[in-house]
Amino acid sequence: MTELAATDPLPKPKRDIAPILLPVAVALVMIPLIGSPSTWLTLTAASLAMGMMIFIMASGLTLVFGLMDVLNFGHGAFIAVGAYVATLVLAPFAASLQADSLWINLAVLAPAALLSMAVSGALGLIVERVLILPVYGQHLKQILMTTGGLIVAEQTLYAVWGPQIIPTPLPTSLRGSFILGDVAIAKYRVLATLIGLAVFIAIQLVLNRTKLGLLIRAGVENREMVEALGYRIRRLFLGVFMTGSALAGLGGVMWALYREQVHASMSDDLTVLIFIVVIIGGLGSIGGCFIGAILVAMIANYGGFLVPKLALVSNILLMVAILMWRPRGLYAVTSR
Amino acid sequence: MTDLLKLSGVHTHIGRYHILQGIDLAVAQGQTTMLLGRNGAGKTTTLRTIMGLWQASSGEISLAGERIESRATPDIARLGVGYVPESMAVFSDLTVKENLVLAARDGPLDDAQLDWIFGFFPALRRFWLSRAGSLSGGQKQMLSIARAIVEPRKLLLIDEPTKGLAPAIVMALIECLKEIKRKGATILLVEQNFFAARELGDNVLVMDNGTIVHRGEMAALAADVPLQERLLGLSLEAHQ
Repeated sequence: MTELAATDPLPKPKRDIAPILLPVAVALVMIPLIGSPSTWLTLTAASLAMGMMIFIMASGLTLVFGLMDVLNFGHGAFIAVGAYVATLVLAPFAASLQADSLWINLAVLAPAALLSMAVSGALGLIVERVLILPVYGQHLKQILMTTGGLIVAEQTLYAVWGPQIIPTPLPTSLRGSFILGDVAIAKYRVLATLIGLAVFIAIQLVLNRTKLGLLIRAGVENREMVEALGYRIRRLFLGVFMTGSALAGLGGVMWALYREQVHASMSDDLTVLIFIVVIIGGLGSIGGCFIGAILVAMIANYGGFLVPKLALVSNILLMVAILMWRPRGLYAVTSR
Repeated sequence: MTDLLKLSGVHTHIGRYHILQGIDLAVAQGQTTMLLGRNGAGKTTTLRTIMGLWQASSGEISLAGERIESRATPDIARLGVGYVPESMAVFSDLTVKENLVLAARDGPLDDAQLDWIFGFFPALRRFWLSRAGSLSGGQKQMLSIARAIVEPRKLLLIDEPTKGLAPAIVMALIECLKEIKRKGATILLVEQNFFAARELGDNVLVMDNGTIVHRGEMAALAADVPLQERLLGLSLEAHQ
């Protein structure tokens, strides 16, 4: 390959849009397979909502993976704790949730979600200081410590609130669907999609428009050099870990409302999905995580409709296909 | 002339390997000190140990009289040490501008300083908003050096900046480093390129097997071919 001289003009860097087009292509391919446009639209809306919720839960984990090189198998604990906190906080306000006013519903729901994020974020602080700090750079020990932490968290939830499923009813104004012709799109799914998009845009703005974001992006790529420039990356690690935990808590609240229930091991299945999303997205890539979450949700919804038996393995097949195409994920950020 | 940087009896272990085996060296204020030696002699380890990227197992490192061997890398950088690693380590996902914004730790980019840098490295101005990952090797090296000098630093640690670069780019780098010298910077420079070493070095240290085996003036070593062959295994001319 010819070395470019300093004075040579550079070829314009190509924008890699193939991963962005992938969900669009999947959705278009599904139109003839599903047959009914209204069913296709309903499934697509469901995929977007589910994808956004998975993205919110996975976004923190991908940054933690990318920036800190930490294998946090306990991420699901933050999801479950967030969901439980919201459920417990909302329980005394059942009357407000049943009021037929969006504003009254949101006036209760929003503080509960914020509190869940705060509790999950604080738990993240404790986990990072107690479980992760002693095992930085030691992957096997990280898996052992964080899996142990997840088990302790789950068993604590079992011990305190029992093994039973606790209902988390949706607020009245978020029940039902928007009807557009013969298409029905659940109101809550629209809200989940909007919140997911807002979180995605907010993360992108922070990562691309602030010095903090520059530090995070640089740290994902080369932690050592960030330190050599004079930045204390350990503090950044802690901040990212807490933010990731708080986002997992928010995702837990949204998932609990989506399923209208919580239980102590609710995060077990989600953890598998989240790891698949983080891996196919590319470790540390928020954009890849966003597309990966939508793809996973599409495969779950379209696949569940077309070939229900395939639903059990569809996400693994998706991961295999993506990694055969791009072995380091849709958007490789780190050199790991 | 006072010594800005001093290492006394510094040992560094990496895993079970004993790399630095009692390094004693001094870098005089305002001078450029070349650190030469064969591959594997411990040159890069010396720079990384000074920078705190590898912890010294024993010995003392002081910068302007202040002990730094136990300090964390960010604290050492904040004392005014700029580091240009052998790998360049530009952040490829960030633009040229973003790389420099990050390096300007103490505030916004200084326009006059930027113009000065662009004078040597016009490519950086042209590709200001391009991703650093899309730059050529030489342009990445320019960016890596620009990052170290975008704010005034007391000491620059530079590891083989000319390695693998085209001659025209090597000349531009040498001119830049000369200008940095003229501005009074203190530089500890690992270099294998004889021409660069002769042009830039005031003093020279030669390493072998983790120790300093020669110290003196660069001009004297450049003129003494038998000494070069004894210390480095071949003459510096052959290193070009």
